[in-house]
Amino acid sequence: MTENVVTVNDLRFSYPDGHVALRGISLNLCAGDKVALVGPNGAGKSTLMLHMNGILDGRGEIEVGGMRLTRDNLPVIRAMVGLVFQNPDDQLFSPTVFEDVAFGPLHMGLPEADVIIRVDAALEAVRMSGYRDRLSHHLSVGEKKRIAIATVLSMEPKILILDEPSAGLDPRARRTLINLLRELPITMLVSTHDMRLVEELFPRTIVMDDGMIVADGKTKDLLQDEKLLNEHGLEKP
Amino acid sequence: MHSDAFDRYHHGQSPLHSLDPRIKVIITIAFILSNALLPDGAWIAFLLAWAAVIFANAVSGLGVAFTFKRSFIALPFALAAITVLFSIPGKPVTSYHFMMWDFTITDAGLLRFVSIVIRSWLSVQMAILLVAVTEFPKIIHALTHLHVPRIITMIISFLYRYLFVLTDEVMRLLTARQARSAASPGQRSGGSVRWRARIAGHMAGQLFLRSYERSDRIYNAMLSRGYKGDLMTMHPHHYHTHDLVVGVLSIAGLLIMQMAGRL
Repeated sequence: MTENVVTVNDLRFSYPDGHVALRGISLNLCAGDKVALVGPNGAGKSTLMLHMNGILDGRGEIEVGGMRLTRDNLPVIRAMVGLVFQNPDDQLFSPTVFEDVAFGPLHMGLPEADVIIRVDAALEAVRMSGYRDRLSHHLSVGEKKRIAIATVLSMEPKILILDEPSAGLDPRARRTLINLLRELPITMLVSTHDMRLVEELFPRTIVMDDGMIVADGKTKDLLQDEKLLNEHGLEKP
Repeated sequence: MHSDAFDRYHHGQSPLHSLDPRIKVIITIAFILSNALLPDGAWIAFLLAWAAVIFANAVSGLGVAFTFKRSFIALPFALAAITVLFSIPGKPVTSYHFMMWDFTITDAGLLRFVSIVIRSWLSVQMAILLVAVTEFPKIIHALTHLHVPRIITMIISFLYRYLFVLTDEVMRLLTARQARSAASPGQRSGGSVRWRARIAGHMAGQLFLRSYERSDRIYNAMLSRGYKGDLMTMHPHHYHTHDLVVGVLSIAGLLIMQMAGRL
């Protein structure tokens, strides 16, 4: 049996202003799964993602790598869950690319020699080795997105969680990103509105709407279900 | 649209570019301190300091007059010292009558004022050169290694990173306003000053809110990569012998300048 990387059980969350964002989410991600998370704006996708490494703290159970998410093991869980935010300007907060990619491993307490090895490996994985000493604000959006992915790959996470990775990219940068995501040998949960990306890359899709999971299954089956797509504001690619 | 307006680094391969950033920061601060400590009217020392600036410019490969051309931006700040012209007791040089006041410029005041302007003008040039030959992140590193409090280097580092993002944001807001600043034929456009001020106020408010929300997202991004309250960085710089030699020689030069100023 494949190992469960993430298990979420009956997760519920309301924002302080009373807005209910998650109404009992349960899901399972196995090692090697590449899963798309789709749904209209405000469906709760980003809120769910922020729960996966304990940025938000709702009611319910989350297990990562067989470990229950609690306040005590938060640092360990955060090393296992690589969360890439939608806007790379939020993700890349250090002046240079090197410092940003080194941030995670340094805060994991790794020795400096190992940090350097990991930074180089992560930049190599996103094919940005030549960008080590570049300044983050000099990069294009596509380059920033790839560096943003490197900033969590350097932590060698068990699962990569990406929020809208293809948003705002030109066709070439989008293609480079798709190829990159396809080649990365890691469990992945990707929130997106890009249904062509979903069709091309993810064998499994989870549809969310109004804080609930309304469908979870094989992408090719779900994409045939026009009624489901229409009801939840999605388009067939 | 992208703003690089604040980047003052000039790429180059000169010995000054490759000098250890810590040494550069120390020399610059020592130079500024030395200028501040020079007595008024220490003309020989001022000349020596100017020679040092020109020499550093030449070594940087950016051109002998590089900092000279950029130094005048700081002159208006020297005007803050204008009161010393009138407030230091000494022999009157000239006097002005303004409304019901008499202003008398004294020789001692004039000497002090000119000295202050020269000191700040020279100091600003060296600071401009430091920023031109050292990438900004390396200056922040140097400050960290020189034990400047972490909180200050962190603030500078975030400020540097997000100044560009914020400027882009401001430019987008201004463009959006411009794009809708239309006029009907025969009508004066733009509204009253009060109305304009209100719009500008709204824009400033927008900018604050966006920045505030962004800071939240950045903090989340930091947390999700293991930030626990202490920002950690690497220590990749190592002194080389020639860095130390340059440092020691420069400090020795400054000491000579101090002695020359007291002859």
